[in-house]
Amino acid sequence: MAMLTFERKYRVRGGTLVGGDLFDFWIGPFWIGFFGITTAFFTFIGVGLILMGASIQGTFNPWLINIPPPDLAYGLRLAPMREGGLWQAITVCAIGAFVSWALRQAEISRKLGMGYHVPIAYGVAVFAYITLVVFRPILMGAWGHGFPYGIWSHLDWVSNVGYQHLHFHYNPAHMLAVTFFFTTVLALSMHGGLVLSALNPPKGEPVKTAEHENTYFRDLIGYSIGTLGIHRLGLFLALSAGFWSAVCIIISGPFWTRGWPEWWGWWLNMPIWK
Amino acid sequence: MRFSTQVLLGLAALVCTVVIVLSFERPPVRSTQIGFRGVGMQDLNNPRTLAVRVAANRLPEVPEAADTDGPKASELYENVQVLGELSAAQFGRIMQAMTEWIAPAQGCTYCHNPENMASDEVYTKVVSRRMLQMTRRINTDWTAHVGQVGVTCYTCHRGQPVPSEVWATAVLPHSGLQAQRGQNHPAPAANDSSLPGDPFTPFLLQANEIRVISNSSLPGRNPANTMQAEWTYSLMMTMSEGLGVNCTHCHNSRSFANWETSPPARLTAWHGIRMVRDLNTAYITPLQPLWAANPRGPADGPHGARLGPGGDALKINCATCHQGANRPFYGAPMLEGYPELRLISAGPARAASAE
Repeated sequence: MAMLTFERKYRVRGGTLVGGDLFDFWIGPFWIGFFGITTAFFTFIGVGLILMGASIQGTFNPWLINIPPPDLAYGLRLAPMREGGLWQAITVCAIGAFVSWALRQAEISRKLGMGYHVPIAYGVAVFAYITLVVFRPILMGAWGHGFPYGIWSHLDWVSNVGYQHLHFHYNPAHMLAVTFFFTTVLALSMHGGLVLSALNPPKGEPVKTAEHENTYFRDLIGYSIGTLGIHRLGLFLALSAGFWSAVCIIISGPFWTRGWPEWWGWWLNMPIWK
Repeated sequence: MRFSTQVLLGLAALVCTVVIVLSFERPPVRSTQIGFRGVGMQDLNNPRTLAVRVAANRLPEVPEAADTDGPKASELYENVQVLGELSAAQFGRIMQAMTEWIAPAQGCTYCHNPENMASDEVYTKVVSRRMLQMTRRINTDWTAHVGQVGVTCYTCHRGQPVPSEVWATAVLPHSGLQAQRGQNHPAPAANDSSLPGDPFTPFLLQANEIRVISNSSLPGRNPANTMQAEWTYSLMMTMSEGLGVNCTHCHNSRSFANWETSPPARLTAWHGIRMVRDLNTAYITPLQPLWAANPRGPADGPHGARLGPGGDALKINCATCHQGANRPFYGAPMLEGYPELRLISAGPARAASAE
């Protein structure tokens, strides 16, 4: 495969965490590394197990494939393959693949002399997944509290777990997570709109610079966070959304068993207005 | 300035920590699977608070069974209208039990004139008679809800002349520029949410339509609107709280309306809504004039409200019997020890006010 003109300067040796030079090579455009191999290993086994589950289930319709966790009765033990063991094995593979991928990102960051922003950002998503399928099930005492692997079936789980708390919109961490998700979208859309406007001026006018962009927002809201700052803000908003999502589900069950609206009793009962 | 900022931040962190530590529960929690694995349908309980509730929901000791031989109460006593089929011993036993169940502090005189036990002059006796007929109605005609477990007076009263969990129609203030709509204010009936605060009047007294979910994926085919959905949601919240369960006890939230994916408990609850509506309209509301004549209770007390703020009777909802348990007294057989309550005469369904 032909190399792009600028690609050669990225093909530098070193930066690996494990394996030294042994896996420090490329196949075509792809750098391999030790964690590239473990990622591929876990991915092939995990996807294979999902296909095995689909064949046991009797459907290969991607919407309907469902790999459910074990019954609650199994607690934190291993379950037979056809009764949730498959889910447990796939969970191990998924965590193996996701963590390998994060570590591969870290190795590439080291290789290129970058900061660790990319693996940290991706790590927040992996943390949220592990919260759902490992931390919360352990706190509640059964692997059966994990969510099922299926495009439709996981939606049933989300809905029902929400309704275990009567009205999930009153979950304080869910409020924060939703607000951060919406704010991420708002910031990204405003940023995208700004950049596209600056780069696509009317016919005959030159492309605008960062000074124009700053001036626009200073006029509009009295402040411009700047070309670098908007990316820091975006990262903060997006990671906060993922982080508070993990918090909102780990407190639902292990740390609160009733309806979320009544959790706010502490607020309604504040001595200053009670 | 810098120091005071640090002090303020420290105080804020302290307040947050106190709120977080004091307002949440902790593991271990107990959950019971309702549906297929992975669907997320589970009853969820805190075993520590559940133990307290179980301890608070114990049935009193059943007294020794009474002799059924001998002449009937209707032959021995005057003015026995609904318990006439009982033997003298059974009659005495159920009178004793009712006293313990309803007015242990006041004794017989809560309902009877001690000079003339047959007299109906104390209004509570007239109420009791109608309540006995209501008990009969529940145990014979509403087995779809109460099964063979049945109910006794104690199911609701629990040693109190007026059951602790009752409701009256909310009276909304009409002052101010905008009339209140009965919602958007913390509603104890709806888990302190902002949903409508009185879901009882439209659904447990009147027979408004509870179903609001569309049968069609296309818009414009559903006559119900968002506001009606909020009333239904409020009713469902109050049922959940009254039974100490969550929505998934009766529904797979994938489709609340679909019976095929709903747990069987939903059918019991469906009959329960109709039962409560029947009891409120046929038994409780017609007694209102008696309570209106004695709005603070009998002359000798205990004094307490017998009517709601709008002058209506104090009525029944799910919590009146269930009191936070998915089955009253967590399924303990209530009626079993009291065969006398199976012998209540149907009698004419007289309006008590006519007595």
